[in-house]
Amino acid sequence: MYNFDFEKPSTIADAVAALAGEDAQALGGGQTLIPTLKQRLAAPSTLVSVSGIAEMKGVCVEDDGSVAIGGATTHADVAADAASSYPALAALAGQIGDPAVRNRGTIGGSVANNDPAACYPAGVLGSGATIVTNTRQIAADDFFQGMFTTALEEGEIITSVRFPVPQAASYQKFLQPASRFALVGVYLARFADGVRVAATGASEDGVFRWSEAEEALNKEFRTDALLGLHINPMNMIGDLHGSKEYRAHLVSVMTKRAVEACS
Amino acid sequence: MPKDSGIGASSKRREDVRFLTGAGNYTDDINVHGQAYVHFLRSDIAHGRITNIDTSAAEGMPGVVKVFTGKDFEGVGGMPCGWEVTDRHGAPMQEPPHPILAQGKVRHVGDPIAAVVADSLALARDAAEAIEVDIEELPAVLDMKAAAQDGATLVHDDLKNNICYDWHLGEEDNDKVNEVFANAAHVTTLDLVNNRLVANPMEPRVAVAEYSRGTDEYTLYTTSQNPHVIRLLMCAFVLGLPEHKVRVVAPDVGGGFGTKIFHYAEEAFCTFAAKACNRPVKWTSSRSEAFMSDAHGRDHVTTIELALDAENNFTGLRTNTHANLGAYLSTFSSSVPTWLHGTLMAGNYKTPVIQVNVRAMFTNTVPVDAYRGAGRPEATFQLERVIDKAARELGVDPIALRRQNFITQFPYDTPVALTYDTGDYNGTMDKLEAAADLSGFAARRAQSEANGKLRGLGVNCYIEACGIAPSNIVGMLGARAGLYDAATVRVNATGSISVMVGAHSHGQGHETAFPQVVADMIGIDESMVEIVHGDTSKIPFGMGTYGSRSLAVCGSAMVKATEKVIDKAKKIAAHLLEASEADIELKDGQFSVAGTDKSVAWGDVTLTAYVPHNYPLEVEPGLEETAFYDPANFTFPAGAYACEVEVDPETGQVSIEKFTAADDFGNIVNPMIVDGQVHGGIGQGIGQALLENCAYDENGQLLSASFMDYAMPRADDLPFYEVDHSSQTPCTHNPLGVKGCGEAGAIGSPPAVVNAVLDALNSGGKAVDHIDMPMSPSRVWTAMHS
Repeated sequence: MYNFDFEKPSTIADAVAALAGEDAQALGGGQTLIPTLKQRLAAPSTLVSVSGIAEMKGVCVEDDGSVAIGGATTHADVAADAASSYPALAALAGQIGDPAVRNRGTIGGSVANNDPAACYPAGVLGSGATIVTNTRQIAADDFFQGMFTTALEEGEIITSVRFPVPQAASYQKFLQPASRFALVGVYLARFADGVRVAATGASEDGVFRWSEAEEALNKEFRTDALLGLHINPMNMIGDLHGSKEYRAHLVSVMTKRAVEACS
Repeated sequence: MPKDSGIGASSKRREDVRFLTGAGNYTDDINVHGQAYVHFLRSDIAHGRITNIDTSAAEGMPGVVKVFTGKDFEGVGGMPCGWEVTDRHGAPMQEPPHPILAQGKVRHVGDPIAAVVADSLALARDAAEAIEVDIEELPAVLDMKAAAQDGATLVHDDLKNNICYDWHLGEEDNDKVNEVFANAAHVTTLDLVNNRLVANPMEPRVAVAEYSRGTDEYTLYTTSQNPHVIRLLMCAFVLGLPEHKVRVVAPDVGGGFGTKIFHYAEEAFCTFAAKACNRPVKWTSSRSEAFMSDAHGRDHVTTIELALDAENNFTGLRTNTHANLGAYLSTFSSSVPTWLHGTLMAGNYKTPVIQVNVRAMFTNTVPVDAYRGAGRPEATFQLERVIDKAARELGVDPIALRRQNFITQFPYDTPVALTYDTGDYNGTMDKLEAAADLSGFAARRAQSEANGKLRGLGVNCYIEACGIAPSNIVGMLGARAGLYDAATVRVNATGSISVMVGAHSHGQGHETAFPQVVADMIGIDESMVEIVHGDTSKIPFGMGTYGSRSLAVCGSAMVKATEKVIDKAKKIAAHLLEASEADIELKDGQFSVAGTDKSVAWGDVTLTAYVPHNYPLEVEPGLEETAFYDPANFTFPAGAYACEVEVDPETGQVSIEKFTAADDFGNIVNPMIVDGQVHGGIGQGIGQALLENCAYDENGQLLSASFMDYAMPRADDLPFYEVDHSSQTPCTHNPLGVKGCGEAGAIGSPPAVVNAVLDALNSGGKAVDHIDMPMSPSRVWTAMHS
């Protein structure tokens, strides 16, 4: 780790001001950033922790029925506090990492980082959630722009994520054996106006929607609707833990299991 | 009836109290006043020529004490290899130098190029970044078979090729072996890989060294399984220091698994630097450094052929193995693919003709050395896999095929240089069949299939040679050390006992099990006996703990020393009781005169030894005895394991549903500790079979360089185990009749898991002969769909 200054503001406005400094970086739960700093792979001048900002924490149900989760809310809090309002999302949060990770890591940190194997991007994209920042609201479909890349501007903070609650949803995660990130994870949400299917872990472009499966399931919501549908392995990740073809196959299997879980 | 104390009792591990309450004293807990910190600048290139190192900027950085490079170690010895293997033509192995810091070339990612000693670790790291190193990159030598070709890039420019040795054991006459295979009714051939592993003990390596100008004495605290071995190697071969001026301490050590046997460059560096800087010097490995500097394990590529006659008797076995030694020879690396591997190729079977061929290769990878089992898992895996394949090809029951070929007469001279003293392989297999409820397997398979899963059963046997070793034999085979051990039994005046042992406990439970033996022999409470280990200034010269040798070898020394103590105590008791020494009996801590009610307590005799007012003149005061023990033979633990798996046909995911181990460890001192040793070994074996894979890319970059990509087994990867060690044929040549249990689980379990997965796939109608470890979901699924 290199030396850096540390700030822990208590309001969003103060955090935004602190992040205006040169090479300042926001710190959520630090589950990615702190190991990166320890390896001396990043050298921010100032770390601005958002963990002291009360208005960025907690789970609440809005008047329109959507579930809003503060950007600095830990996975463990989502797992516990969204269990009744959005159980599939709470279950996703409860499967991230281990208890230590879940009690430090935050939804805002995970979504902003957009690790191609992280769970939350699948939940956010699969739900068609809205990312709320200090300056604007961004639809999930516009937010994730490829591996470790998002629509966030320099200094922009995710203050909350707002989820419309589907009729049924399920996250099916197949573990990468070492990291226990998703080798492939599929989040399927069934709304009155259609089905959304988002896959993480699989693609070199990061989280993506499987539109062919969505169309097929919109016509007929049962596993047979998926028969004959295949993901093109070309853009899938191939590594030590699984070939491109294997990941493409797992997207199908996990999607099928998500349909079963929602049926 | 289970005993509640002494030999055979499941006494609770007394050391766990401090380990579980955070009161352990590990090397990193040791801080010496005024210490400086080392950071090693390690190569991020697998193979290259160092054209320039400029440390001048680093030397001027804040807090820097001194910067070292390979130049500082010219004229200093390199890291030694403790075993000289002779090749098939009688020539010694090629033995390249292994400098403390790289000289001329870097040969693997992680090879240390320079070291910065500074006031803090952060300052040392800052300065290391200011060192300029120019390296002319060379092609990385990785594939062992390609490395053996003429004209291959050389890892060591001064060697004639990349082959450390081309070795052979067993039948020398190729024509005879060819004839056996030509006459066979059936030949089964199998190509397989024994995957490279990283031991990953929970505690990374640490070295803290201090030097006293006043006394010219050094102390090295280090994470070692064998402090005397480290002192000898470092003093005699590396730094040229007198042993009596060097104290090596291995305090609590958080797991070794073999990888803490070896003398590492970092230990020698810290000792050297402590004097050069006139300051204590401390190095603590990061986990990332551990992946690229701890010796790795396994990494064999083998073709094995089994010949059978028309009645399915094994008639011949031939193996061709390429063994990866990495970039340099680690301390015992040369012995692992040879004398710890080839000698085990007979397994539990009376195969009359066996030929083992091993080429050991230098590559641009981290050095490979002993890891839990060391050579024996590699042997067992090949043999038990080829037998299983033969059974499938022949359509015979794999257990029946094994039983038919078991060795049943002992002692048995194998065609590969060992003499098994005792065993009962059918009896152990009987125990397995009962404990694993093999007769209920069909019903369990039907249940799994009803749930959409494939279920497989894998069974295998193993034998290992432990209690290493008779010094005269290993000396003939090339060992540059003796392999005895030593114990001093020091009885205190009030009757309590300190036992100074050469073995080192780093998870094995010696502090509990060893006192059980001494207390049982005397008839006193276990709490009166304490083990002292891990400090060359306190213990007799012992060879440490590895190869499941502690109780069989050091325990034997301890028994001998205790016998000497008892003999002397009887003389004192005879004097006190005014009786003949021959009439004195010791039972339950009381010396009595046979046939009378006259007795004197243990404590009265020990007090008399140190307060010798009323004392036999011909007997020296005091009660302390030392014994060295050099075993007459190896010990031969053996067993049979059964694994049941479910395979998810949609994903290739394997789950272990049931695992049963039946082991014959001879006599057992503490059954609970033995269970624990077997559990841990099986965990590591399952890790190898399903999860662990140390992989390099084509440039020699380590792909599995952290726990993000190197999959360690976790609790939920493992089932509850059934462990049965009621099959007991005591070792015939050591006083306790014990064989050793530390490695069995890791040796016996990988083939059981692989055999089970293949059984599952074949039961689903997919003919799959083999899948290399680790059998990740991806590999299993690919095999099912190829």
